[in-house]
Order: sequence, then structure tokens, then C-alpha cells
Amino acid sequence: MPGNLGPSAVLAFALALPAAAEPVTSFTLENGLDVVVIEDHRAPVVVQMIWYRVGAADEPPGHSGIAHFLEHLMFKGTDTVGPNEFSATVEAQGGDDNAFTSWDYTAYFQRIAADRLDLVMQMEADRMRNLRLTEEDVATERQVILEERAQRTDSDPGALLMEQMRAAQFMNSPYGIPIIGWRHEMEALSQADALSYYERFYAPNNATLVIAGDVTPDAVRALAEKHYGPIAPSEALVPRDRPQEPPQLAERRITLADERVSEPYVFRTYLAPERDPGDQKTAAALTVLAELLGGNGQTSVLARALQFDAQVAVYTSAFYDGTGIDDGSFGLVVMPSPGVDLQTAEAELDRVLAEFIAQGPDPAALERIRTQVRAGEIYARDNVESLARRYGEGLSVGLTLEDIDGWDEALAAVTEADIVTAAREVLDRRKAVTGWLTRPEAEAAATVEPAAQEEPKE
Amino acid sequence: MIRATFLAVATLVLAALPALAEIKIQEVTSPGGIKAWLVEDHNIPFTALEIQFRGGTSVEAPEKRGVVNLMTATLEEGAADLDSRGFAEARDALAADISFDAGADSVGVSVRFLTENRDQVVELLRKALVEPRFDQDAVDRVRGQVLSILRGNEKDPEKIASLTYNRLTFGDHPYGSTGDGTIETVTALTRDDVVAAHKAALTRDRVYVAAAGDITAEELGLVLDRLLGALPATGAPQPGKAELLSPAGVTVTKFPSPQSVVVFGHAGIPREDPDFFAAFLLNEVMGGGRFTARLMSEVREKRGLTYGIGTYLVGRDHADLLMGQFAASNEKVAEAIEVVRAEWARIATEGVTAEELEATKTYLTGSYPLRFDGNGPIASILVGMQMEGMPTDYVTTRNAMIEAVTMEDIKRVAARLFQPEALKFVVVGDPVGL
Repeated sequence: MPGNLGPSAVLAFALALPAAAEPVTSFTLENGLDVVVIEDHRAPVVVQMIWYRVGAADEPPGHSGIAHFLEHLMFKGTDTVGPNEFSATVEAQGGDDNAFTSWDYTAYFQRIAADRLDLVMQMEADRMRNLRLTEEDVATERQVILEERAQRTDSDPGALLMEQMRAAQFMNSPYGIPIIGWRHEMEALSQADALSYYERFYAPNNATLVIAGDVTPDAVRALAEKHYGPIAPSEALVPRDRPQEPPQLAERRITLADERVSEPYVFRTYLAPERDPGDQKTAAALTVLAELLGGNGQTSVLARALQFDAQVAVYTSAFYDGTGIDDGSFGLVVMPSPGVDLQTAEAELDRVLAEFIAQGPDPAALERIRTQVRAGEIYARDNVESLARRYGEGLSVGLTLEDIDGWDEALAAVTEADIVTAAREVLDRRKAVTGWLTRPEAEAAATVEPAAQEEPKE
Repeated sequence: MIRATFLAVATLVLAALPALAEIKIQEVTSPGGIKAWLVEDHNIPFTALEIQFRGGTSVEAPEKRGVVNLMTATLEEGAADLDSRGFAEARDALAADISFDAGADSVGVSVRFLTENRDQVVELLRKALVEPRFDQDAVDRVRGQVLSILRGNEKDPEKIASLTYNRLTFGDHPYGSTGDGTIETVTALTRDDVVAAHKAALTRDRVYVAAAGDITAEELGLVLDRLLGALPATGAPQPGKAELLSPAGVTVTKFPSPQSVVVFGHAGIPREDPDFFAAFLLNEVMGGGRFTARLMSEVREKRGLTYGIGTYLVGRDHADLLMGQFAASNEKVAEAIEVVRAEWARIATEGVTAEELEATKTYLTGSYPLRFDGNGPIASILVGMQMEGMPTDYVTTRNAMIEAVTMEDIKRVAARLFQPEALKFVVVGDPVGL
């Protein structure tokens, strides 16, 4: 047994969130495990989350879906815990547990009475190194993930369009791979694939432990040293230097026609920079830009222009998530009104974007967003689990605690000029993928007679 | 190993219970006579407020189907001196969250406001509830959004499945159709219909209120009168009890998809029935939202036939059902249905094991305190308890009622609740062998 059970908290400091939130403490064990403790003593509940710094974008080529598949297999037992006994034990204690996978991380969590933290920590530490998989478990669970893909992606034309658009947006970056995996590669995922991935990436020096709730940092430190402290670090980790996107020089367009489509829409994504450690300014401006353009059904720029004034759309939206390791995307959606075709809707979208860049944002709208950001800091304290996610996700993509704590401040500091600069830089058709989701007959009509293209009326 | 864990838990769960005693529910009556429940917590300077008006979309006439939904969705589109945009700007400038929702049994209002903005948010919300404008252009714009959703539902296998199930089960009762209305009824609705629906659905004789957070009983009393005092005293009559048509067997609706969506079920059990807690435990064993539930274990873990399957006791104001849902590949859906039938028959004749009952009890009693983990969840639970007619001390007696269920209760209620021959399956997809 590794002999590092002694004092291993080499670094400990407390940071106060801006709005006098609950204290956040952080330390690192000798084996490299980063630990964050968020105190909230209002209810006798604790959340344990372990975030591995590995996700779908770290998969070996040809094995798409292995990160997510392993996430499922992590419930299949260890030397001392039987198949599915992990969840059964948590549930028998009144707790709930689950897991999720993204491009940049894989996370496991339990929510349970605070005095059971010792137990769930022991079990989570156990499966960090002692996973046992049988061929039969792997074969059955592979059927489950194929059903998951069928349910979430193959049954939903909108999800299929998004998958195609990501693949087009990220030609070189692994962000173009679907997290669930491409079906033909999922069908071939093996026990050996899962275990080699597991052995390489599941280690204390590749993880962040977040404990949130009715706990003290001292108690968490003692438990973390007891359970996670003895685990040896992985020697096989390499920096996450992934293939980067080349400059996009030409617009990319995709049309997906599917008989299951009811309401056709235009979906546009642009390549967009992400939050960088020590530099979140552009990402903050893009976050506010998305809120201004499409965050609100009554007041946003797209809603006002396309739903209220021109009345060419029934729904508009804008979104951007800057929390990632590599360049991500900025998205826009316009669902046209009955009788308005996609070409018109897209032209109207581009007209409104050009006007926005020329005129700049409404200062009053920007001020309202700042007010909401400040209020959001207060509301966030009511949900310690979402705070835990904020820290776990941020640290998993390489941000620092200072970056995470400074994010609301960065949002509040965004100026009108920052927004215009970011919009001018990112909202460029040459760096965009434009997707049309249509019904087959609409596509047929467009092929025959493009000038007269019109959506069939209901 | 597992047995040892369970023994350890039995004592630990008791240790967790005193925490709930700290959830101190106050019954508040405003100077004007409006009642509410309150949990005061001044840790964070905001309040969560939940308001429910009993009746919801079920109080509307068949030819006006969808009017309560359209009315509810238009409440935030302008009130008193504010048009749609003015209302949204005022709400955002105050950093308040206000949302409205029309359900089959109630219209709900969820609000979150900072203490420093309380008076202004209450005034804004009062305008929406008491003085909505229902401007013609707003009604038409929201109608366009509703119609878009309705067209989408026609191509959504899950919506098709639940709608078909409800139609077959409830027939002409409002529960037999969707409260969103149909394209025909929603297209025909007028502004006058919307105004009338507002007067019929949002009235003081059917309102339930709960608050949690940074507000005192006295302050809440004043808020209640300002917010709701000017609403009409009475509204439309509630619909009568729904007679279950009790269809059985399999109904297939063809839909082009690699998977079939399955909605299934039969009659359930009323909340006030003495056997309710036994039924609640039985449903948890069969199809609760956990990986160890029987259906999850048999259909997913052992056979890999689905990504997820669950069952739930549906307790509505006018009907009670035991329902379930899953999706499976077209080639495998027939097998999955057979597994569900077999599990239904097994539990009806054999009940559950003592280990299953004990594990489910510790899960349900242990997880109960975990629900009360913030002002928002607490306000939501409190308003639900009032609508179910529960006393305030239910939060401290509920776990004891679960503990009191015996193996004999389980065996008797399993035979009563699970009726394999009565099961109705609605399948939407392109299933093989059905």
C-alpha cells in the first residue's frame, strides 16, 4: 500500500465568492488529487462529485463513444462491490447517484445525507482503480448505449442536424465527434478499449473532487486523505494538446430533410473562442452577446426584430457556452412563421445581425443583464449542487479558482464596445455552419423551383 | 454484505430525521383572509413564492380547448400600463423570475425575488394576475407559438403516445385530450375567450400559496392581499370524476423511427386510500427512478433492451393511474413488453422480498429530507402538500407511515394494484411482431 497517508494537504486557502456566498476551500493531495469544498450548512446534505479530466474529445481515433461507454461501465463493480451494488448501496442510504460525460470531462456524483460521506467516498475511491468488467456486462451495456443513441439522437431529427453540424464545424478538432459516439464505432467498442482508457485516465492526478454541503474542510481533508490518499497517480498522462481547427475560410452549409420534421428551422453556428485561464474577457462578451441577441422571448434583439416587428419567426434563440478547453461555438436558431421560407428567415437573421453590429447594443438592455448577473450570484447560493458543478467543470477545463470566482465580475464588466468587437469577430459567415432542418417535400420543391420555394402551409 | 449495510442504515436514517423538524412550517392568514404556508429562512436575501389555482385546463369547455393554456401563456405579455416588452423589461430590471404554467389540474405561478425588490416585484406580478391586457397582437403572437408546438406534437412519438393513452383511457373527460388544445380549437379562440378564461381560472376560491426564504409571516400576509385580494371570489366549476374506460391490450400507431415509444398502465390508487403507502413502496420497487428497481434491472441491466424505463403513480384530482414509459428498438420492443407483463404478474402473485421492502423503505425515508434543500424546492413541496389536503406536520409523520407498511400489506396491495390483464400498452413506432 502506498505510504502517503501522512499529512498531504500541501496547499489550502479559502476564497470568498463576491456576494458573500458560502466559503469555498481548496487543497491538493500529495498524489495530485485536487479537492474543492463548498460549505452550505442549511440542510444536512452533501454532494460528492469526482470530475475526471478526460472526455469524448480525448478518445483514441476510431473509438468514439468510449468515454461515455466507460461512464456506464463504472457502475459494474469492483473487487469488493458487485455489479450495480454501488447504486444499490447509495440508494439504500437514501441517496441518489449518477454520472455524465462531456467532451472535456467525465463526472460521477452522489447526493446523500451528510453523515454518509465516508461511505460514498470510500466507494468512489475504490472504483477509481479497482473496476472489474466481465465480457457479458460489456456486451449488455453496449446494447444500452446503442438504445440511448437511438432514443436521444436517431429518433430526433433536430439532434441529427446538430450532430452533422458539429462534425462540419469542427473539421480537425475532436469536438466534432458526438459524445455518444458514431453508431458503427460504438458497435465495436470492447472490454479492452474500456479498460485501457480507464487505466490511463482514471487516477487522482487527473481528477478534481468537489464536496459541497453540510461539511467542514477539515473533515473533508481527513476523509479524502483516508480514501483517495493511498491511490497512486497515473504515469501515462500527457498534456491535452488536441488537434486545433485551422482557420475557417469558407462557409459550410448543411440541409437535413426528414419526414419527422414538423417545424423547419435555420440553425447557425460560428466557431468561437472559449474562456482561457487568466483571460475571460472575450468569452464574457460573447456570453452577454448571446443573452442580448436571444436570451429573452420578449426583449432580445432577435425576438423583437423577427417575432414582434417583421413577424417572420415564431421562435428565436442564441446560445454560447465558453467553458471548454478548445475553441467552441456560438449558436443561433430561427424558426420561421408559417408561410415564411427558410431562405427568407435566414436573410432576415443576417439583416438583424448586421444592424446590431452597426448600431451596438441598447445600453438599458446591457444594464438589465448586469443586474441579473448580480442577482444570479444570490440565487445561486440556494443550489449548492449547481455551485459544485460550476467549480468542477471550470477546473476540469483548466480554469483556475480565480477564473471561476471572477466570472460574474467579468460578465458585469462587459462594455458595449466589447460586445460589438466580439460580435464583429465571431458573427462572420465565413466561420459559420448554417443548417436547415426541413421536410422532404420542401427540399424537393426547392430543387425543382428555387425561386418559388415556400414551406407548405398547415 | 448488503444485509449488513441495511442494518446500519436503519439507525442512521433515524439520526437524519431531526433535520426535518427544523423545517418549521407556519400557517399564515393575511389580514384579508387569504391563507398560505411559510418556511422562514433569512440566510439568503431572496424569497421563493409558489401559487397554484386548482382546476387548470380542465375547467374549460370542449370547444374552447386550449384557452386556459393560451391565457396563461399570455399573462406575461403585458399588464396594466405595460405592454409585452415593458413587462419583460421591468421584470428583468428587478432581477425577478416569474413563470406561469397551465396544467391539467392547476395553473401555477413560480416567482423568485430579491428582498430589496420585493414590493416592486409584487406590484408587477399583481398587474399580471389581476390586470393582464391580453392585447390582440400578443394573443395572436402567442397563439402562433402554441400552434407551432401543436404541429410539433403531431410528429413527436412521445406526445403521440401519451395523447393516445389518455384518449383511450379517459374518452370525453378533459383528461382524455391535451390542455394545449387542437389546431382547430386554438385557431378559433378569440380575445374574449381568453379574457373569460382568466376570470374563470384565476380566482380566490381555488388558490394555494407557499413561500420560503427571506420573508416574515406578517410581510407575507401583506403580499398575499396585495397580490390576490382583487381577484374574483369564485370561478368555473371543477370537472367531475373521470371514469376510466379501462382499455387493455396493445395499440400500435405507426411512426417512422428506429425506436418505438411505449406508454403503458392501468388504474392506480387514491392518495387518501389507507393502502396508498404500500402502493407507493410497491411502485418504487417495480419502476422507481433508481437503477435497482425491478424493471430497470430486468429490461435495461440484464437484457439491454432500453436506455431507461420507469413507472409512476399518477395522482390527479379526478383520476388515479399507475403508468410507465420506455423506448426500445423496433426489433426489441415486443420482448420488452413481455418482460413488463411478466414482472407485473410476478409482483401481483409474489409481492416483494423482505430485503426489497427494507431497501426501498430506507431509500424513501432517507431521501425525503434531501428534497428540502433550498427555498425553491421547499415552496414547491409546500404548495403541493396543501393541494393534496395534507396537514403541516405531514413532513414529520410521513416517514413513520412508510415504516409502518408490513409484508402482509405489501402482499395484499400488490394483488390489488398490479393487474396484468388490465395493462394497456400504446406503442408509437414501427414495431416488429406487434
